Amino acid sequence: MKFMCVFKKELRLYFGSFIAYSLMTAFLILTGYFFYTDMVFFDLFGDFMDITSSLWTYYFLDLRFVTMLILPLLTMRLFAEEKKLGTIELLWTYPLKDPHIILGKFFACCFIFFLMVFLTLAYPLLLSTVHQFDWGPPLAGYVGTLLLGATFIACGMFISSLTENQVVSAMSTYGLLVFFWFLTWNEEAIGTQVIGVVSQFSLFDRFQDFAKGVINSKDIVFFLLMTLFFLYLTLQSLESRKWRGIR
Amino acid sequence: MITVENVTKRFGPLLAVDQISFHVPRGEVVGFLGPNGAGKSTTMRILAGFFPPTSGHATVGGLDVVTQTHRVKQMVGYFPERVSVYPDLPVRSFLDFVAEAKDVPRRERKQEIARVIEACGLDKVSDRIIGHLSKGYRQRVGIAQALVHKPEVLILDEPTIGLDPEQVVEIRRLIRDLGADRTVIISTHILSEVSTVCDRVIIINGGRILASESLTELRAQLQRTRRLQVEVEGPESAIRGLLEQMPRVETVRSLELGVRGPESNGSAAFIVEYTGEDIRKEVSRALLQQGWGLLEIRALELTLEDMYLQLVQQSNGTGAGVYLAPATLVAE
Repeated sequence: MKFMCVFKKELRLYFGSFIAYSLMTAFLILTGYFFYTDMVFFDLFGDFMDITSSLWTYYFLDLRFVTMLILPLLTMRLFAEEKKLGTIELLWTYPLKDPHIILGKFFACCFIFFLMVFLTLAYPLLLSTVHQFDWGPPLAGYVGTLLLGATFIACGMFISSLTENQVVSAMSTYGLLVFFWFLTWNEEAIGTQVIGVVSQFSLFDRFQDFAKGVINSKDIVFFLLMTLFFLYLTLQSLESRKWRGIR
Repeated sequence: MITVENVTKRFGPLLAVDQISFHVPRGEVVGFLGPNGAGKSTTMRILAGFFPPTSGHATVGGLDVVTQTHRVKQMVGYFPERVSVYPDLPVRSFLDFVAEAKDVPRRERKQEIARVIEACGLDKVSDRIIGHLSKGYRQRVGIAQALVHKPEVLILDEPTIGLDPEQVVEIRRLIRDLGADRTVIISTHILSEVSTVCDRVIIINGGRILASESLTELRAQLQRTRRLQVEVEGPESAIRGLLEQMPRVETVRSLELGVRGPESNGSAAFIVEYTGEDIRKEVSRALLQQGWGLLEIRALELTLEDMYLQLVQQSNGTGAGVYLAPATLVAE
């Protein structure tokens, strides 16, 4: 449980510097607006269809978009700031192992993200007071959102460990996430066989089933593996100081 | 307590530390002296477990810094050259994090934090945000974090830089006190710091150790060679020849004109190095017998500064023939 000290420090920094508050506010305003528009759409055109395909699917695809927008801003400072301030020198000379540092930071971001997502439960709760629905599909969507977010966080943390500039860190994370998103957009250009392979790796396509209210165990495993993969890359990036000529 | 054997560190093509070896016994305060870029910080970072050496072997308290890094880190308190603190955290929460990271048991944490806060004179600012503190206080926070968990070895990279004179004295006293029962390595380029704080000095330049001597040895050595500054009106080469023939004189060097000032037209000034008893009487008598005008003769105290500059300039290959009078050093 050695990572707890880094976890607590990160949370103190996030909540002490208003980063967490401003990102949570933006997240709630955006998701709230999307939920409202999706609900209006459902109210106007959705009475003859089931609520899952006419409300929840749209809502969770929107939530996915907002997540992609917000999380790089949360993760950009993780290592870039430490490098810029020189505080990484402290972490690396304290009796902390690199996995402690990585897990502490990862879980701190997950905590903040989970908190944001938890607050959005207010929307379906409000809806449930005026309209009866089955909680299964939205809960599946939320599970998917959390898994997707964790993968985004691991990815953003990895990129942050490569640079000491926070803007570069955020922009590169956007670049990578958008690449994952657009990976399968143009089937004509890359051919159906190739798409069959790359779609397996598209973080965004994997999310589709969750949005439709379906939990596939292989999708869960996929997100967990991707998260672990990026955590592993972060570890390698930190350990590189031992053989690379960095000053 | 600390052993370094043939340690080399390369950053790509740059050789930062070149095959250095030294040993620091338990309880000694050692000053690392050298110009910027000499390899001081790199050596200290290796000892603090920040990165491993490219080759060579270093141990702290008998533990290898490469294979037993984790235990070395538990033993060492490190103050980095760039004062690194989290500007957004209050002093106390920062130290709380440090204590937890350094494995201070939960029940002792509060007491330990109170101890370092007091030792570093941070009582008044302990609840303020570090980023709002003055540079001097931030520096103290940096030292406080190194002291948490009473490390047996303290590695302080330029701990007094950027402080006002009063704070410098305080921090030096603190280091002196700490040095009473633990091993301390401090790096600095302030020479008076070495003489007030350290037991021994290691002079390093271009990644190599130029000298490693205890301060008492160094003082004795400084007293062995004595110096005279002589200014004489007369033919320069003849004066030089005479001075060189004097008994016990080791070297005679011309003093640069620019150093002396404009009124010295037609005269020559020399620095004479000799050993043993004062030879001012003999020198002045010999010069006057030749009928030259003796304008000035005075004994020069050979200081740590001179010694340091000589060593560094020699190792840089710029030392030959150039000698700066101590007066000009003081003026700087």
